[in-house]
Order: sequence, then structure tokens, then C-alpha cells
Amino acid sequence: MVVRKSTGFLILLFVGSLVMAGLFFIHPRLHRDDCERGLAKRRHLVRELQLTDLCLFTEARYTRHLSQADLHSPFQDYPMAFEHFPSGSLVLPPGHLAR
Amino acid sequence: MIQLAGINKTFNVGKPNEFKALKGIDLEVALNEVSVFIGPSGSGKTTLLSILGCMSRPTSGRIWLNEREITSLPERFAAEVRRETFGFIFQNYNLIKGITVLENTMLPAYPTGIGHRVIRDRAVSILERLGIESKAREPVEHLSGGERQRAAIARALINRPSIVIADEPTAHLDSALARMLLDIFAGLKQEGKTILIACHDPLVFESPVVDRVISMRDGGIV
Amino acid sequence: MKWIERQRAFIDFTLSSLWRRKAKNLSLLMVYALVIFLLSSVIFFTQALRKEAEAVLDGSPQMIVQRTVGGRHSLIPTDYAEKIVQIRGTSSVKPRLWGYYYHPATRSNYTIMVPENYPRPDDTVEIGAGVLRTWGPLRDGSFYFNAHDGETVFLKAINTMTNETDLVSADLILMSETTFRKIAGVPEGYATDLTVRIRNERESQTIARKIIHVLPDTRPILKEEIIRTYSSIFDWRGGYVIVLLGGGVLAFFIFAWDKATGLSAEEKTEIGILKGIGWDTSDILTMKFWEGAVISLTAFLLGVISAYVHVYFASATLFEHALKGWAILYPEFTLRPSVNAFQLAILFFLTVVPYTLITIVPTWKVAATDPDVVMRH
Ligand SMILES: Nc1ncnc2c1ncn2[C@@H]1O[C@H](COP(=O)(O)OP(=O)(O)OP(=O)(O)O)[C@@H](O)[C@H]1O
Ligand SMILES: [Mg+2]
Repeated sequence: MVVRKSTGFLILLFVGSLVMAGLFFIHPRLHRDDCERGLAKRRHLVRELQLTDLCLFTEARYTRHLSQADLHSPFQDYPMAFEHFPSGSLVLPPGHLAR
Repeated sequence: MIQLAGINKTFNVGKPNEFKALKGIDLEVALNEVSVFIGPSGSGKTTLLSILGCMSRPTSGRIWLNEREITSLPERFAAEVRRETFGFIFQNYNLIKGITVLENTMLPAYPTGIGHRVIRDRAVSILERLGIESKAREPVEHLSGGERQRAAIARALINRPSIVIADEPTAHLDSALARMLLDIFAGLKQEGKTILIACHDPLVFESPVVDRVISMRDGGIV
Repeated sequence: MKWIERQRAFIDFTLSSLWRRKAKNLSLLMVYALVIFLLSSVIFFTQALRKEAEAVLDGSPQMIVQRTVGGRHSLIPTDYAEKIVQIRGTSSVKPRLWGYYYHPATRSNYTIMVPENYPRPDDTVEIGAGVLRTWGPLRDGSFYFNAHDGETVFLKAINTMTNETDLVSADLILMSETTFRKIAGVPEGYATDLTVRIRNERESQTIARKIIHVLPDTRPILKEEIIRTYSSIFDWRGGYVIVLLGGGVLAFFIFAWDKATGLSAEEKTEIGILKGIGWDTSDILTMKFWEGAVISLTAFLLGVISAYVHVYFASATLFEHALKGWAILYPEFTLRPSVNAFQLAILFFLTVVPYTLITIVPTWKVAATDPDVVMRH
């Protein structure tokens, strides 16, 4: 006996929703301890070393320490400097400068 | 009893190509009979059948089916009447391509909310009666002309209509198949169904199954 | 029950109907799922980074004071600290020594830094996990630096930081003050900048103003400004993220619109047939609703689930390539899941709803016409 099409679809939909709910609402709970431990370590390090930035883009001053950048740093690496793509276009100038 | 009073149908009202397809038709059709509408091409047979079957509304006039007026029903109820009272067999069958004979047969029952299994069993038994149950799982385009017609008949019968409407049902059939079709109609009549056919084919309207022949010309009954 | 049975019957039909054009509909589904995947990956990723930045940088110094010369960040004399401490509300001021080191062999940049207490010998460094990954071959287990004065300095790595802290520490090279001054060329009496501890954080603005007043060549940066900087980059509603995505989404909708609006003659005929055999307008629209819903719900689930896996299990590997750009060094990090029901709902309304509407709308007119045309096919 073949499964009725809508039954198949509804089962898939149900399973999919369960997987989604499991991922979004249960998985974070299972890993909370791990995550909190990692976060605590990072926080500790930031406090201890007095860090100010995330280490995401290391290619230029204004992308590595983007909260510390001065208004002109994107233009100052050297006169023929290429734009650091794509991070140079993704990062915005520090909020307090844009004000 | 189906009663028609002063049925007019005008296409493209108010435009230069205005056309009166039906002109004041008054008619009574007995139930549980086979009635055939004949007449030259363009005389209004198809138009009349579609109005009878709640597919379109007359420009003026009324139709009663067993004392119930069916011409002024709102769309939803018209669809319900069309679904539950009438079964249609279209000239070109109008089966939906790419899906199976069984599903095509079951389609008119989908909006009724009747259980899937009930409908399926019903469809299978109709297909069995028409001798094409072996094709139930085939897509319709694999069928021969005669099989397609039987699939179309099966679809017309799924909601157990009291009236079956067939427009030119023998147009694409050879005479052997046409006779088979008439046998099917005879069986349906025996079950108490009313059958309305539009057709040019003498094989049909001269057949003993037919109780009444209604002749049309230029949008009127003659 | 009847209602459910009807809906299921319509779903049956829609599925059969979609299945007829498997190749076309499956590829549509895939493209659609891909768009949703990208859209939600970006949203999850930026959201996670934003939350991470907020949580982690909460430990940043309350205030940094930089000196600017000629419009650019310059070294600050350490005796500025004494003037700042005298401002009421500040509790301590500490010099910070940090800078960049460019390693020509692999063309990568590192951040060199002096911790407040570096308990190890001068000829050693403590490194972030990313340094080891990118530095290239070591000489006798030592890092080789070109100092500011042209000398060569060999430093032994004696501790590697755990990669759990990569997001803040991947490129760090920690060393003693003496070594730093030698390599970076920062003279005694100068620091990179100063960090200021404040008693009452609410007064930070006032204190910043006072600092500029006393030391006009300085620029104070507040912690809240640091956090705000990160929030605004990773805010998907603003900034470049939405512009980047906008293009993709728009392209998809043009595609979907084209597909959905031009009802083919065949589809029109089918709608006519269904009406002829007793479906009413609302039945047709319900069926079409399911057609849109089947595709968009499936694409939504596929896209969102795979985006979750991508961002939280695979550390957003696809973005790594996109974000890396000129950077050689990319941190290895696992993000903390931080998606909430609200974001899911937004994604749902941005994707499933419009697509379903796009499928229904063009059917409306066709579905509302009298079915008698099917008698004439
Ligand atoms: N939608 C329409 N608009 C304008 N004229 C129409 C329309 N539908 C039908 N007609 C006209 O109405 C007349 C009657 O058509 P109908 O199809 O009822 O004839 P018929 O008797 O079924 O003919 P045939 O035997 O050829 O099938 C024809 O002249 C046709 O051109
Ligand atoms: Mg006709």
C-alpha cells in the first residue's frame, strides 16, 4: 500500500518542525554549560588583558581594532593601499566617530 | 423534473458582437430518462447544457430542479449543486494530464470532505465497473481514447450525481466504442439517473436507450 | 474532521500536480531553500556575533584614552596618567602597550601586547592559537622577530592560549614590556594608550569631557561606544548586511514573481476543469495556497535548519571564506546559539508568506471566471 501523498508530506513537515524546534530551543540548552564556560574564559581574558575588540579581520588596523580606529585610518595604511575587501566594506566607522 | 422557463443567453451584452445564443427556452425534462439534444452546429446545445448544469448563468429565465430554483444561487452553492447533483462528461474529456486515472476520478470529491478511503474505494469500484481498474495507477495520457472516455465517465460518477450531462460523448469514438458507451448509459438509467446528452450522432439519438429527442435550431427548441 | 479531510485532499492534489514537473519544482525549491539558507545564516551569524561582542566586551576597560597627532592615533606619554587620575571620579589609570607586528614570510598581521603582569622571562612569548596555525616553520622552536632597530629577536613560545578564546585572542602575541619596547620601538615613558577605571560608570561622559579639556590632544573612547560599534556592524537591519542580502532576495522574488504571475494556458485550463467538475473559487484558492505553502514551508525548513547547522555546528564556514578577504588569520570559534522565536518568526514572514501570496494572487482572477469555458475545450 502506497502512503498517501499528504500523509507523507505532513509527516515530513512534522519531522522537519521537530528538528527545527529541537535545534533552536533544545540544542542551546544542552550546550549551555559548554558555551558559558567558553564565554567565561573569553570574558576573563578580555578583562585581564584589557582587550577592546574581536579578532575577526586581522588585515588592517581599522578592521582588527575597529573600535580603536581613528577617523583617517582607513586611508592611511599607505598611499597605494588597496581597500581591504570585504572586511573594509563590512565594518562601519566606530559609532562615536560617525556621530 | 427539470423545468426551464424563458431561458435566454446573450453573449457580449451591449457590445457590437452581441450574440443571442438561446432565445426564450421553455422546457420540461423528466428525470430518470435519457434525453438527447440534437441540432446543427451553433444551435445552442452546449450553451444550454452548461446553463442546466450550473456552469454558467442564463441572461434571463429560471430553472427549477425538483422545485428548487438553481439559477440564482450564489457561486458557492452553485458549485455545490454542480458537484453533488451533476456529473459532467466533456467533449474532450478534460482529464487532468500527468496525474493518475484514479486521482482524476477522485477529484470532484475532494472539496466534499468525505474520507479519502471512502472516495478511493468508491472510485475503484466505479473503475472496475467500467472495466479500466487495471489502468487506475496510470497517468491519463497513457490511455487510449476509449479508456479516457471511461475515465471521464468514472469521474462524472464519483459524487453519485442524479443527473449526468454529456456533450458530444461519441465525437471521438468508433461505433463499437459508441455502442459500449450507450450500454453504460443504459446501466446508469437503470440505476435511476437522468442523462442529458448533446449530440449529432444518429447512432446515439436513434438508439433504443434514448427516451426523448429534443431538437434545437438557432437558440430555440423546434 | 471534514475540514481537515478537505485540506488533506487539496494537499494530495497539489503534490501530484507539483510532482508532474519534478525537475522544475525541485530546482525552484532548491534555489528558494538556498536563498533562505543564506538569509538565515547571515541573520544567525550576525546575531550571534553581536550577542558575543556584547557579552565579551562587557569586560573591556571602561575608558580608553588615545592621543592623536595629525589626525592619527599616536603614542601617549605615560605621565598623562597623572593628570587624568586627578580628575574626580577616576579611580585608576594604567598604560597599555600593544601594537601590530607584520610577519613578512606569511604576510600576516599579529597583535603584540604586554599584559599587566607578564610573569615569564623576557625571551618568551605567550601566543593565541591562531598564531601557531599561521606563522609557518619555527626556528629551533622559536619565533623570529625583526625588531624596530633592525635586530633579530628569537622568542620561545611557552604557552598557547586555548582556542576557546580564539574570537578575542587568535592573533595575540603576549610578551614582556622590555621585549615589546625593543620590537615595537615604543620608547620608555610612552604607551600605546591609557585605560581609565571609573567609579561610577554613569559619569563616564562627563569625565571624558573633562579629559579632553585637560588634555586637548587626547581622544577618550568609552566602553559603551565600543559595544555600540560592534552592535551596529552586526545589526542585520542596518548596515551592509541587509544591502548584500537585499540583492539576493530581490532576484529570487523576481524569479518567483515571473513563475507565479504568468499562469500558463495549461494551468488556466486546469483551473477551468476543476471548476467545471464542482470546485468553487475558494477551493481553487485553497489548493493554490497549499501549492505555495508546500514549496515555501519545505524551503523554509530546509533553509533554516541547514543555516543553523552551518552557523552553530560548522562555525559558519561559508562566511569564513567571504569574510576572510585579505586576512590570513581567521579565528576558529564556535558561536553560542542565540536565535530566538522572534527572529524565526521574522524569517517566516519574510519568506513563506510572500511566496504563498505570490502563488495565490494570479489565480484569483482565473478562478473567479465562470467554468463554462471548459465545455468548449
Ligand atoms: N463565450 C461566447 N461568446 C460569444 N459567442 C459564443 C460564446 N459561446 C458560444 N457562443 C456562440 O453561441 C452559439 C451556440 O454555441 P454552442 O456551443 O451552444 O452550439 P452547439 O449547438 O453546441 O454547437 P456544436 O454542435 O458545434 O457543438 C454559437 O454560435 C457560438 O459561436
Ligand atoms: Mg457543442
